[in-house]
Amino acid sequence: MRTETTGESARLKTTKIGQKVKLGRLARAGALALGSSMVLGACNLPTFAINKGATAQGRDTFHLFQLFVIISIPVLLSVFIPLAWAIVRYRRKDNSIPKQTHSSIPIEVTYTVIPILIVAFLFVVTVQVENKVTAVSAHPNLRVNVVGFQWGWRFNYPAFDVTKVTQGVGGSSVYPQLVLPEGETTTIHLTSNDVVHGFYVPQFDFSRYALPGVNNYFDFTPNQTGTFIGRCSQLCGLYHSEMLFTVKVVTPSQFNTWISQQSHSTIGA
Amino acid sequence: MTIAPERLEELGPHQGHHGPEPTGIFKWLTSTDHKVIGKNYMYTSLVFFFIGGLMAELIRTQLFAPNNHVVSPQTYNELFTIHGSIMLFIFAGPFVFGGFANFLVPLQIGAPDMAFPRLNALSYWLFLTGSITMLLGFLTASGAAAFGWVAYAPLSDATYSPGAGPDLWIVSVALVGFSGIFTAVNLVTTIFYLRAPGLTMFRMPVFTWNMLVTGILILISFPVLTAALIMLYADRHFGTHIFSVRGGGVPVLWQNLFWFFGHPEVYILALPYFGIVSEVLPVFSKKPVFGYKGLVFATLAIAGLSTGVWAHHMFTTGTVLLPFFSALSLLIAVPTGIKIFTWIGTIWRGNLDFKTPLVFAIGFIIAFTMGGITGVMLASPPIDFYTHDTYFVVAHFHQVLFGSAVFAGFAGFYYWYPKLTGRMYREGLGKLHFWLTFIGFNVTFLPQYLLGLRGMPRRIAEYGPSDGFTFLNEVSTVGAYITAIAFVVFLYNFWVSWRRPIPAGDNPWDGHTLEWATSSPPPSHNFHKLPPIRSLRPTWDMNHPEHADWKYHQEEIKKRERTSQGVSHEN
Repeated sequence: MRTETTGESARLKTTKIGQKVKLGRLARAGALALGSSMVLGACNLPTFAINKGATAQGRDTFHLFQLFVIISIPVLLSVFIPLAWAIVRYRRKDNSIPKQTHSSIPIEVTYTVIPILIVAFLFVVTVQVENKVTAVSAHPNLRVNVVGFQWGWRFNYPAFDVTKVTQGVGGSSVYPQLVLPEGETTTIHLTSNDVVHGFYVPQFDFSRYALPGVNNYFDFTPNQTGTFIGRCSQLCGLYHSEMLFTVKVVTPSQFNTWISQQSHSTIGA
Repeated sequence: MTIAPERLEELGPHQGHHGPEPTGIFKWLTSTDHKVIGKNYMYTSLVFFFIGGLMAELIRTQLFAPNNHVVSPQTYNELFTIHGSIMLFIFAGPFVFGGFANFLVPLQIGAPDMAFPRLNALSYWLFLTGSITMLLGFLTASGAAAFGWVAYAPLSDATYSPGAGPDLWIVSVALVGFSGIFTAVNLVTTIFYLRAPGLTMFRMPVFTWNMLVTGILILISFPVLTAALIMLYADRHFGTHIFSVRGGGVPVLWQNLFWFFGHPEVYILALPYFGIVSEVLPVFSKKPVFGYKGLVFATLAIAGLSTGVWAHHMFTTGTVLLPFFSALSLLIAVPTGIKIFTWIGTIWRGNLDFKTPLVFAIGFIIAFTMGGITGVMLASPPIDFYTHDTYFVVAHFHQVLFGSAVFAGFAGFYYWYPKLTGRMYREGLGKLHFWLTFIGFNVTFLPQYLLGLRGMPRRIAEYGPSDGFTFLNEVSTVGAYITAIAFVVFLYNFWVSWRRPIPAGDNPWDGHTLEWATSSPPPSHNFHKLPPIRSLRPTWDMNHPEHADWKYHQEEIKKRERTSQGVSHEN
């Protein structure tokens, strides 16, 4: 900063601006810390029927969702309690004319400012979680190419030259299985070769469109073994409801055994 | 400031008469009277509400049990496509914007008719033609459109959806869209140019304000839809490749165009119903609406924000800037919240007369608050990744839209029924209608939130017995049947009051606004006399001179003058 050309008042001004910037930073850091601690602290709370998320990314989404539900409870009550009170208390008893209240600036400012603060907080935590959920690793442990088509899925492990694909359509389908190693990060490359599909794993708290002409990338880091159902979430025509698949999460050693047993370009489940 | 003496302003007789008025079917066919056209809109859209409702019952019947085959998957896809299209394009919008707005806006602003009566008639006939076209798809060999009401490309192109059904859908939506655009032009012009002397912008009833803002939103968004429909039609028939990858087109462009229309459309459907609630609550509380100007600015803020949130329908495409659309979508909760709190402020310390319109209006607040809160959750992209295209979203938008169009819609219908017909409905049947609707609605849609969280995608024709969806779907279907019974009660109420009429009188509710200052039903050209308009509530001022709003406003002005002069008087 060029202090030699600035006078006393200007120097005061710069320090004030500096303080403002600092304060802004502090406020931002505080909000971030509060946000993340609330997100992390949500572990022991009820699940509210939300899937806990069988991946690291899904678990973050779960905690965010929990936080939203928790904040929604006082918001809901702030409407329902006065509403219930008004219904019970101000029921007509006679033909009298009540006081004709037109407005009240303090009340109006209150119910404008508080919601703004709430959504500002929700936005900060949303962006934090969103960045984690959408982050794509530069060096994933595994890459899988997924293609949606009417009406099925193709899973291709490019490093191993192994492909799994839905066989048959409409009632007699053999659904393909996507096998993923537990605790390792897999980058999925998703696209479609006909219409829009939705690659949706409810237990992973995640879905993404398979769009023709668009390459979508996202990471899964499964945190538990098991078999999870996958579905097409976006209407894609006649047999949309039968466009199912499964995701099987196994330990890394089991994964290596499994992948080595697959002959190249195997198709079917 | 001098105050005019209390008098009713005499209006001169209407000039240039056109001979005897036609009656019966000819009146209905040839009228350019905004009241007749408004009623035509209302009754037509209610018939389509009934048809769309029957489709919903079929959809729910199919989902009652796993692997159910009441209808084939093809028919199922057609049913939810046409159900959604009817409910949004033909019922929820035209019921209020063609129906209530047409009937009420000229009355509320003291005008003899709309600015362009013949354009108004053209709007109605386009609407009726478009609505019938929507159903014609079922008569074609390949069936009706089956790509959902959003018609995502490339599913909606000629390769994946061949046949005449989808073309009829495109034509139908375009016709209904033009009807909406014409009505919007008409309403906006009417509101700007035909207000009675003294009726300034800030003395306009909230309902009229909301119609003005809705009209402007329609003018912003509907032409985009019409353009997109023409592009889709060109892709299907003229060999263009706007939305197909093979010809170098961009499928996501359809989603952007559609939702650039589609999200303002959500508020085009909601704002008029907010307006109805803002009329009903003050009258049945015997109080003015609380925070009127705040309410008007909230409406404007919602309209402004609603043009910048369309991509929150596209969070899972991976092609949009998440934080921007998330921020604006979250922010829209603020003006919406302001509205809800002004409604509570309106009934607070009122003298609440629990007639059917008030009960429906409160049902609306309950439904809309719940749907609004889950809407805030959906504005957060990670939560949307999980719940997008599941029954969570289905539950959310039914709470919001069913909450608006049905609860607030019927609140308005019962409230203005005396003005529409000159007759009174039966209060007991009205209450029964409410309770059946309220129970049926919640039993139908609350379980769908849980279904969504468990991972049930929307628009699936069937699910498996091991999916864990069965019980909640059964509950939801029972709720849908209860809602259907509620509609039968409504029809019966309508029929009874038609066959054995009870005269309602001109102002049965002690109404506040100008439509209650004329006869029920109003005469041709609406008013023989207008009360002086010195506030938001001219009819109230006329009937309650001791509590008149203009007195309150004068006191306010005096107070302000005193403080600005620096003189403090303690009264």
